[in-house]
Amino acid sequence: MRRWLPFALIAAVALAAFGGGAILYRSYRQKVITLTKEQQEAGRRESVHFRGHPKAPVTLEEFGDFACPPCGRIAGPVHALERAYPQQLQSIFREFPLAVHPHALAAAYAAEAAGLQGKFWEMHDLLYREQRIWSEAAGADQLFSSYARLLGLDLALFEKDRKGETVRARVAADQKRAAALGVTITPSIFINGKLMTGPELSPSGLRAAVDAALAAKAAP
Amino acid sequence: MMSRRTSSKTPAQIPANRTVTIVYSLAALLAVAGLADAVYLSVLHLTGQSAVCGASVGCSQVLASKYAQIGPVPVALLGVLGYFSVFSFTVLAACGYLWAYRPAATIVGLMFLATLWFLYLQAFVLHAFCPYCMFSAALTFLLAGLMVATTPVKPPAS
Repeated sequence: MRRWLPFALIAAVALAAFGGGAILYRSYRQKVITLTKEQQEAGRRESVHFRGHPKAPVTLEEFGDFACPPCGRIAGPVHALERAYPQQLQSIFREFPLAVHPHALAAAYAAEAAGLQGKFWEMHDLLYREQRIWSEAAGADQLFSSYARLLGLDLALFEKDRKGETVRARVAADQKRAAALGVTITPSIFINGKLMTGPELSPSGLRAAVDAALAAKAAP
Repeated sequence: MMSRRTSSKTPAQIPANRTVTIVYSLAALLAVAGLADAVYLSVLHLTGQSAVCGASVGCSQVLASKYAQIGPVPVALLGVLGYFSVFSFTVLAACGYLWAYRPAATIVGLMFLATLWFLYLQAFVLHAFCPYCMFSAALTFLLAGLMVATTPVKPPAS
């Protein structure tokens, strides 16, 4: 066997690993998306679920999936931001249930049905808090009904609404906006039209982005 | 002495040269598969894809956990280093550089222990399994088995 053969093999594999990694990195890196003023305004004009001040200088628009674990993990820090910046931040939640999660769409319908009775955010928080239980349960629908009962909703109306056309249209509208903005993953969070990527999509990253957006608004 | 190729007079007796070459080559192939897996997981980590849900079933529960990195270094990147080292040493061993057995076995041993720890974390702490991590675990177990099977046996004292 030639003496150089093992070293040539090692060099070839090192090159392949590095090259393959670089190609993968380029294709997996999230695109930088910045919404135009028009796209941001169009979002504000729609009837949306929001917490915070309606005329706040900073808008956080989240496309979320109730069955997605990272969405569940970021929900707490986003809520903490809403409390920390009550006058400066408007937080919008939009439905983007992914087909890969079996109960995600049903959960989105449940949240929207609760919203028709004025309890969207209560259901939103409850769904994320109990995510691990219902997302792995065979009878998720029964769990959603029990959550509705827990929140004091009119159960008959809730059952009717979550199978109704209104909630479907609402979820479809959010999905349409997601598609228009190029959203493919959850959580996708825009702060004043800029998509958060990588380390920005962390509690400290989001806070820094809100602070930066406030500073940019305050600048003459 | 480190780069000296072994002749028929090896310092440690190996069961059968041809068999050992085949086994080391197999170990090198397994290490390449592990390297590809670890590169993929590293890319997921470095691009932030491990912290989101996408169109395919992901491993976000595991890869976005605090156990997925040691300080600032992603565990997957350590996996890249580990598998690449194992590949290098097993290729050298397969080509007759028998001194390479010891570092390969040491690294596989460390990876074996790390794999046990990560399996424990997935099963009992995170309650979630990542298919890519399980694939890596299976490869490490196979590598450990091959390393044990090819342990050089000292010739009996005459």
